[in-house]
Amino acid sequence: MTLNAHNTASEPVFSGEHRSTVRASAARWKNGAAPSVLPLPQPVSDVPKVSLHGISLSYETTNGNRLLAIDNIDLKVRAGEFLCIVGPSGCGKSTLLHLIAGLDKPTSGHVLVDDKVVEGTGTDRILIFQELGLFPWLKVGENVEFGMKMKGLSKTEREEKIRYYLRLVHLSQFKDSYTHQLSGGMRQRVALARALATEPDVLLMDEPFAALDAQTRDLLHDELERIWAETGRTIVFVTHNVREAVRLGDRVVLFTFRPGRVKREFQVDLPRPRQLEEVDVARAAREILEHLREEINKSLEVEYGVWP
Amino acid sequence: MKHVARQVIFYAALIGIWALLAKLKIWPPYIFPTPWGVVDALLAGFKDHSFWIAIGVSMKRMMLGYGISVALGMVLGLGVGSNKFLEETVGGLLVSLQSLPSICWLPLAVLWFGLTEKAILFVVVMGSLLSVTIAMEDGRKHMPKIYGMAGRNLGARGFALFWHVLLPASLPYIISGLKQGWAFAWRSLISGEMIFVSLGLGQLLMMGRDLNDMSQVIAVMILIIAIGYIVDGLVFKSVERQLRNKWGLAPAT
Repeated sequence: MTLNAHNTASEPVFSGEHRSTVRASAARWKNGAAPSVLPLPQPVSDVPKVSLHGISLSYETTNGNRLLAIDNIDLKVRAGEFLCIVGPSGCGKSTLLHLIAGLDKPTSGHVLVDDKVVEGTGTDRILIFQELGLFPWLKVGENVEFGMKMKGLSKTEREEKIRYYLRLVHLSQFKDSYTHQLSGGMRQRVALARALATEPDVLLMDEPFAALDAQTRDLLHDELERIWAETGRTIVFVTHNVREAVRLGDRVVLFTFRPGRVKREFQVDLPRPRQLEEVDVARAAREILEHLREEINKSLEVEYGVWP
Repeated sequence: MKHVARQVIFYAALIGIWALLAKLKIWPPYIFPTPWGVVDALLAGFKDHSFWIAIGVSMKRMMLGYGISVALGMVLGLGVGSNKFLEETVGGLLVSLQSLPSICWLPLAVLWFGLTEKAILFVVVMGSLLSVTIAMEDGRKHMPKIYGMAGRNLGARGFALFWHVLLPASLPYIISGLKQGWAFAWRSLISGEMIFVSLGLGQLLMMGRDLNDMSQVIAVMILIIAIGYIVDGLVFKSVERQLRNKWGLAPAT
């Protein structure tokens, strides 16, 4: 068994037989399968990087009702962990990222990063929006530069890092292009470079690959996994695609339909690098999908008034 | 090419008819000048530097007045655009004030500032401030929210957020308002200058009238049109084109 489901109330239960292969960092990559450029990933520590304590968020809808979007979420993300959040649309998973990023305030509860309460935005946590939000009036290089400029880095330092991060996402030749001249996958990589350039401890990604074609997405999965391994960032990745979550995540957290609660957590103990079409990935995804289906049905019932 | 040819034929015909009517001498020349009389007046005006001085004085007032309008209008528009209370109160007032021709501010300005440079500047500012403000407010509202969020997310706040994100993000939405503001400022300036002695183009126009020199009147009118056209057609159009290219709004050529 490579996948463990456990209830959130209880302590995580790792499967004995595979625990060692995952946490012993050297064995985390398949022997011989990892490209030679791939450095050893940093072991995921047990120190929580981001902790959510009793996070709830409700807001007033246009017809005056209060809608509870997120209900009492407790969640810890370990430093260096790749955490994926899946759930049906309308489960508040994007909203949760906005809360961690400090773009919104929770109605109750608080977000801690390194044991400090989050108040407003900060360059230690960078969110990559689903719609990217690249600045069309800036060139690719200037987009990457933006966060560093706001941080007050010197011109030479910024230049050096622009070059480094554009190389990291394979966009060196496009430094002086405008973003509308790039393809969807390239724009996605610009957003990634822009976020990484501010050197955040936590990278928050909101369905970043949802709008891409399958080939580009596969490519970006590989790149993201590589960059994660190279930079050792903590990543919280939101998606509605369970397979993608299993492909990328150390752990997959399943959210309930509105209000968003943590329904279940799944530890993914498959060796890296993984492939989307691997049997093990598919098997793990199927197990999560069964749990997700209940929530999808609930959402269909509410939004369309039917049982499928 | 065809387009240019049509224009040339049209204007040649226009001037031809004008010359013909002048040649027929139906009206005395101080009422109906000849085309060559106007050309002479233009040349003479540039030769004795009176046109250059007038253009210099008027453009300086424009730069100052329009500059104040833009700076003030952006702050005002941003405030009105991001605050519900201000939008309902100040926003409504601005829209109703816009129906007031800016020259109506002149009596008030003269009483406040006397027959001074400040009075004219005041009229110019009042002429264009409203359209800049309303354009900025509009731009603030229509600008996609994502840019503000992305800016904050990357550590921009306060003035940096305004200067590096909100302003450039709203530029495509406010450029037409800025252009309109310029046109209003230009009209206000000329009307203001016509009313009291002030050295500018407007005064030159009135001087032509006082001297019964219709050729000069027409020459100055042509000058006013030309300057308006140059700024609108060259400056604003090229800024707009650049914006479109940068943002990818124009079809690739």
